[in-house]
Amino acid sequence: MVNKFLNGLNTAWRGLTLTLKHLFVGNFKRKVVSVTDNNYFKLQEDTNTIQYPKQALPSPEVGRYQLDVEIDDCIVCDLCAKVCPVNCIDIESIKSTEGSIGETSDGSKKMLYAAKFDIDMAKCMYCGLCTIVCPTECIVMTNQYDKTVFELSDLTYQFSDMAPEAVAEKKMLVEKQNAEREAAKEAKKKADEAKRQADEAKKKAEEEKRKADENKGGEEDGEGGVLA
Amino acid sequence: MNFYLTYFLVAFGLFAFVGLFTMLGVYAERKVSAFIQNRLGPTETGKFGWLQVPADMLKMVQKEFIIPAAADKILFLLAPVIIFIGVYLGFAALPWSAGVIPADINIGLYYIFAIISIETLGILMAGWGSNNKYSILGAMRSAAQIISYEIPAGFALIAVVMIAQTLSLQEIAMQQGVLAAEKVKFLGIWDVSHVGGILSWNVFRAPHLLVAFVIYFIASLAESNRAPFDIPEAESELVAGFHTEFTGLQFALVFLAEYSMMYLVSMVGVILFLGAWNTPLPNIGPVALADWTTGTAWGIIWILLKALALVGVQIWIRWTLPRVRVDQLMNLCWKILTPLAFACMLISGVWRLWVM
Repeated sequence: MVNKFLNGLNTAWRGLTLTLKHLFVGNFKRKVVSVTDNNYFKLQEDTNTIQYPKQALPSPEVGRYQLDVEIDDCIVCDLCAKVCPVNCIDIESIKSTEGSIGETSDGSKKMLYAAKFDIDMAKCMYCGLCTIVCPTECIVMTNQYDKTVFELSDLTYQFSDMAPEAVAEKKMLVEKQNAEREAAKEAKKKADEAKRQADEAKKKAEEEKRKADENKGGEEDGEGGVLA
Repeated sequence: MNFYLTYFLVAFGLFAFVGLFTMLGVYAERKVSAFIQNRLGPTETGKFGWLQVPADMLKMVQKEFIIPAAADKILFLLAPVIIFIGVYLGFAALPWSAGVIPADINIGLYYIFAIISIETLGILMAGWGSNNKYSILGAMRSAAQIISYEIPAGFALIAVVMIAQTLSLQEIAMQQGVLAAEKVKFLGIWDVSHVGGILSWNVFRAPHLLVAFVIYFIASLAESNRAPFDIPEAESELVAGFHTEFTGLQFALVFLAEYSMMYLVSMVGVILFLGAWNTPLPNIGPVALADWTTGTAWGIIWILLKALALVGVQIWIRWTLPRVRVDQLMNLCWKILTPLAFACMLISGVWRLWVM
């Protein structure tokens, strides 16, 4: 009992001296160096925590943090949106009416306009699958990690550089083209129908002609039989 | 008529002091805890975060006043008031300097111990009135803890009172310095009536009083519900214990009571053991430091410094030691502190008869 009590006092005193030491020596300003520095772990002794917004540890250039899209290189193939496990990528494409609208930096032909390319960083789980499937490597992870915003909607990053008017125009063009094609199809269908009807009429006429010929032939046969 | 005006002024002054101390205490608590944990604490609101406490107060004032539907309204509303008033009334009998005391009553110590027991009642009212399991658990723990720890604290104080032969706090204060009317002996052997200073404090008047002081200090931590004896609040188990349901100003009142209690128990400890408002500097031959640093203003400075230092130790202990378990708490109280306090009281009697 006495031993326990003394032990309690002893350990309490040791704890108190430790905190007292920290009260006075543990608060030197932390020097910010990269984690690759040889001194990195020694600098943590007797310093306070990094005062984040004012000080920040340099993050490596190859950091896999927030997504970024180089929209000029995007061929709007929609693969990233399809592979995303959390469905945080939302892409809307418009077909180009005049074929290829340009080339990406690696030479792929762009056939679609990206009317909408939104990434909801609030949903993103940083798996990096989208960067792997991208055929033109236009979607990449950057070393930016601070994404503090005041509005939740600000976390939806919009990468499409098309103005709403341009989107509307392209949509109209596609619709027009579609309508034209539809009309052409309709016209072709009508022409086909007319042709079919004409064919049918022709066939009928031929049939009648053949029947008439048959009758005529029978008479001839009769005659022939008589003759025979 | 003027009497009443003075009374009101004194009461208001004490209230202002309590409020000021609470603000300082909260700020100190945050900063000390931060430094101990290698953090910086509040830094953004004002230079060194000194506006943090006013900002917190502003926030609390704006908060909605919520009374749970199932609560006992009268008990719930009264509880924080009673908790605070119980502690606040204790300040009435505390001496601040020679001749500076709000109410110089000859049973001052007895009065203080009686009046701060009311706090337990308020805590029980808060726990019961909240009609919440966490609250009632916290309140019952608090009642058990405060009532238990009043015993060792009381006996440790009686040990001093037996040496001092008075319950008047002002007289006890007077005995511990150069102003003492009777002989003061350092450890019962060396007459230090004219030397004063730290040598004539009660803790050095008899060796067992040092033990009594430690007992009293530990018990006072428990009485003010401070860590490591904060099981009535026990954030990790009971949310916030008896004050779980309180919001806004009511919560502020409970907080005010907690910090006032810290100061009150420190003040009582200082008055009874650490020389009250007497200077710690002794007279050394012709260098009469004690005589030079004795006076009304000096008294207020000394007692403030000593009490704040003791509060600092309370904060330091809170951020070092982990919370004790309920059974450990009771073990410490009944098996260690109470027998030791009894022994101190016994030695005091013997000391009084044979040594003094």
